[in-house]
Amino acid sequence: MYRYDEFDHEFVTARVAQFRDQVGRRVSGELTEDQFKPLRLMNGVYLQLHAYMLRVAVPYGTMNSRQLRMLAHIARKYDRGYGHFTTRQNIQFNWPKLSEIPDALADLASVEMHAIQTSGNCIRNVTADHFAGAAADEVADPRPYAEILRQWSSLHPEFVFLPRKFKVAVTGAERDRAAIQVHDIGLHLKKDENGRLGFAVYIGGGQGRTPMIAKKIRDFLPEEDLLSYSEAILRVYNLNGRRDNKYKARIKILVHETGADEISRQVEEEWERIRHGALKLPQGEVERIREYFAAPATLKALPPSAALAVERARDPEFDAWVERNTHPHHVAGHVSVTISLKAIGSTPGDATAEQMDAVADIAERLAFDEIRVSHEQNLILPHVAEDDLRAIYDGLAAIGLATANAGLVTDIIACPGLDYCALANARSIPVAQRISQRFGAIERQRDIGDLKIKISGCINACGHHHVGHIGILGVEKKGEEFYQISLGGSGDEDAAIGEIIGRGFSTEEIVDAVETLVDTYIAKRESRDETFLAAYRRLGQGPFKEALYGTP
Amino acid sequence: MTDKLITANHLADGLVVFLTAAGGWSYRLADARVIPDAELDVALAHAKAQHEAQIVVDPYEIEATVDADGVPVPVRLREKIRAAGGPTVAYGEAELAGRAVLLNQAG
Ligand code: HEM
Ligand code: SF4
Repeated sequence: MYRYDEFDHEFVTARVAQFRDQVGRRVSGELTEDQFKPLRLMNGVYLQLHAYMLRVAVPYGTMNSRQLRMLAHIARKYDRGYGHFTTRQNIQFNWPKLSEIPDALADLASVEMHAIQTSGNCIRNVTADHFAGAAADEVADPRPYAEILRQWSSLHPEFVFLPRKFKVAVTGAERDRAAIQVHDIGLHLKKDENGRLGFAVYIGGGQGRTPMIAKKIRDFLPEEDLLSYSEAILRVYNLNGRRDNKYKARIKILVHETGADEISRQVEEEWERIRHGALKLPQGEVERIREYFAAPATLKALPPSAALAVERARDPEFDAWVERNTHPHHVAGHVSVTISLKAIGSTPGDATAEQMDAVADIAERLAFDEIRVSHEQNLILPHVAEDDLRAIYDGLAAIGLATANAGLVTDIIACPGLDYCALANARSIPVAQRISQRFGAIERQRDIGDLKIKISGCINACGHHHVGHIGILGVEKKGEEFYQISLGGSGDEDAAIGEIIGRGFSTEEIVDAVETLVDTYIAKRESRDETFLAAYRRLGQGPFKEALYGTP
Repeated sequence: MTDKLITANHLADGLVVFLTAAGGWSYRLADARVIPDAELDVALAHAKAQHEAQIVVDPYEIEATVDADGVPVPVRLREKIRAAGGPTVAYGEAELAGRAVLLNQAG
């Protein structure tokens, strides 16, 4: 696994000392909030509805048991015993005292963690497929490239004050599990006909108030050109992106207003100028970084597990969990496990300190000491021998984390909403909880099949509602919470922005409305193999509108 | 008719506070000074000075009604949630415990 080097260590330690000084000066009255705000945002500290909030990076979602135990420690010592895993593979703590945050950051630095590039108008921490380095369908591990981008972007003097934040995601498989088409830059790692590695490059995707699916501007970029090409994109954006209006400042607006062809031409032109310069990646460098991410040496192919087959036949609940919550691994006899943070009726993405410690123990004992955070607000054990699945399941069940609902209707993404967020118009979490309870019965969920519900408490779309198969957006109407439904969105390789179905629903009505949509799907699907999304795309809005409003 | 309160976040711990009759700040909504419109500008100026003095962050006025016991109740849901000092949902260990009770009742 990646270890950051001495330079990174000094950088992070110096940053903690610097921030400690800044917090000291803020608390003693030397710095005003206006002076302090940009400084705290450079260190992942927000002021939310009830308290400060600390956002800690989990780069590419990858951590080991020591790091997860540290997150548990932070939750206990500086917070109220829990944390919230987010769609950007970060974790947020909701209750830290400003005066104690420097201590928390120092504790995090002792396990090579930090809050740098988690906020502000910089290149944010790069996200990657949560099954990276494990998935059977991947061409190569995307994380080394995410790390190369991080090293390049962390201290890049030209890109410290961008017009707006900038998000990059990388996937290494055809199946897009990193939502690359709704990022400022999306990279799809693939091989060309000669077996060389490179990227399809997408730019200008994003959510927020103006959702856009990214445009592909290059079908194949050789891997050694990753940085020069990224620099060319950033440079065109930095020069031409709008700084006059924060709502129009993202690269998606530039691409939309200027046209993808013209932007692509400008990028190629700038790239021609710099592609043979210092940013060309030497082959040895990619290999060197790849070694940090190498699969554990003890991960060896195994025959299919006989014990697993016996247990599955014996225990239908375990069988259901194995079916939904495991993913094929590229090493025979192994799988990746999804640990659902979506127990029925729970707050999506929340985990208590005890749960974090327990997952860390399980990972250390049974799963090669690796844990991932997924952009769907779950945890992942990327490397698990089939023989160990039963023990892992039992361990997870003991702490309430063995819900067999990965990818099902109750595996809901929800942002903090009006329960925590200062920008919110409506609550997200209680809606998620009530939907989860309504569809709680596992047989019903399995009958419904793959269905992604995503909920945001305002148009910033942190809960990805634009790309939910069913997206729910909270708005405020005459002082009341109201919920607008959109259908047909997807953040995967078949990316699309959902379409608003009609007028919104009150808090009392919203769960019934979702159930009506699901029932309509069940009644109209061609077979159990036709998913909600496929059925919606075949049928269009008509039958769903009619079911909700009585008119097509 | 609605009255006004002034609220902010405490600088050092970030928690929600209300301007009191004595001109200080309290974590308790019940301690909040109910401010008649005519006195609002003076009170806001005082609150801004407290922001400048690095005691609280970003004070602002909110609308409230006063209940039968004389306790102010914010009008907007957002401010009700802030005044309650935490989310409307259980969290952490309490959330787990609450769900365990529900499961036992159901099962
Ligand atoms: C609670 C404090 C939070 C605040 C103040 C906040 C603020 C914002 C804002 C202002 C935007 C819109 C940016 C734009 O359109 O330019 C945004 C977008 C976004 N945020 Fe948050 N957010 C918060 C929490 C979260 C959480 C918990 C997550 C993960 C679950 C998250 C993930 C995202 C994502 C994925 C986007 C949309 C992607 C894009 O930038 O296009 N945020 N956030
Ligand atoms: S979508 Fe809105 S309400 Fe939800 S976390 Fe983002 S900014 Fe807050």
